[in-house]
Amino acid sequence: MTVPTPPRHKEIFTVVGLDLERAGTVSTEVQRVLRKLGVEPEVVRRAGIVCFEGEMNMVLYTPGGRIILLVYDDRIELIFSDFGPGIPDVELARQPGYSTAPEWARELGFGSGMGIPNMEANSDRLEIRSRVGEGTVIRAMILRRQSEAAGGRRETGS
Amino acid sequence: MTLKEIARVVEAQFLTGADLADREVRAAFAADLLSDVLAMVREEGVLLITGTVTAQVVRVAEVMNLAGVLFVRGKLPAKATVDYAASAGIPLLATEHLMYETCGLLFSHGLPPAKRKRLPAEHDGSHPSPP
Amino acid sequence: MKLREVAEKLGLEFLVAAAPEAEVEDGYVSDLLSDVLAHAQPKQLWITHQRHLNVVAVAKLRELSGVVFARGIRPGPEVIQKAREEGLNLLVSSADAFETAGRLHRLLFP
Repeated sequence: MTVPTPPRHKEIFTVVGLDLERAGTVSTEVQRVLRKLGVEPEVVRRAGIVCFEGEMNMVLYTPGGRIILLVYDDRIELIFSDFGPGIPDVELARQPGYSTAPEWARELGFGSGMGIPNMEANSDRLEIRSRVGEGTVIRAMILRRQSEAAGGRRETGS
Repeated sequence: MTLKEIARVVEAQFLTGADLADREVRAAFAADLLSDVLAMVREEGVLLITGTVTAQVVRVAEVMNLAGVLFVRGKLPAKATVDYAASAGIPLLATEHLMYETCGLLFSHGLPPAKRKRLPAEHDGSHPSPP
Repeated sequence: MKLREVAEKLGLEFLVAAAPEAEVEDGYVSDLLSDVLAHAQPKQLWITHQRHLNVVAVAKLRELSGVVFARGIRPGPEVIQKAREEGLNLLVSSADAFETAGRLHRLLFP
């Protein structure tokens, strides 16, 4: 899967940190875009979940960043790029139940520690690169035909 | 069970979406933490029972294609959230009952729990059980 | 009803059996600590998905019969340790919160 073809569709969304009023709007917009492009419903659903978690993490823990949606014939990609504090221990962040959410966030229904695990469970590949003090880039890939056929079973390998 | 019947059983009012009162609800899921809803619900047409009234609840309802949201404990979302739900076509209901009673009433009236989704590795070894 | 009997009838597993003879008069369902602090009553069995360490302190403060983690959720070792220290019953239900609450409700008020 390494022949570089340009995406059929590309869209960039801005996320503003702590903007709780708009948090989650990118996710619903991404689903709208994907549906309009005729992407399979299961992929649309998974993309919505991945996007929601990525978006919420950006809103809760960073000053903001961008979400890039790339739609290919065989897959979709969501790239979350923020200028936040970075994730000191990525392995810890991948653990279900681990959360650094402050109390005010927990009282609003956030911080169950399922953010990154949910992203992983709903994508076929998830890469996290982070540098403390600089920011984080998360790249999620969801295969298209695979999702439709296998109901979202994860694929390993390249 | 329809939204109308659910509203009757738990004495709930429609905040928006009363025109969808005849919508059939397949199952219910009760939670206040949004990521748990994303992690655990795997079918569509589920009613979310929650005490979290933020705008994100409605966005989760959209992302997951929920049948509707029932707010408990007499909690009410902001008007902007209700307006958004109206434009997105997500029915919102509200009851004074606590979540426990709400679950008890609906469960005894035959509303099934939402089908399970395999949780990501939460309980197969990441935290050891006590002896 | 004694917690031990509730656990048996609902198929709940004890994670910390600090006081299995504790009386259960009612149930409480919530994942928000502030809500439990404000409204929960003594001798209620708390059903939740919340795994934060403060769950133990809140449950003790409100004199709850115990905490049941729904949907097979297992809290971290710090929570279990703290519950042991504080003498708080911790259990886990493989069923989700809606079903666990529904069945508890039916058990206590048939």
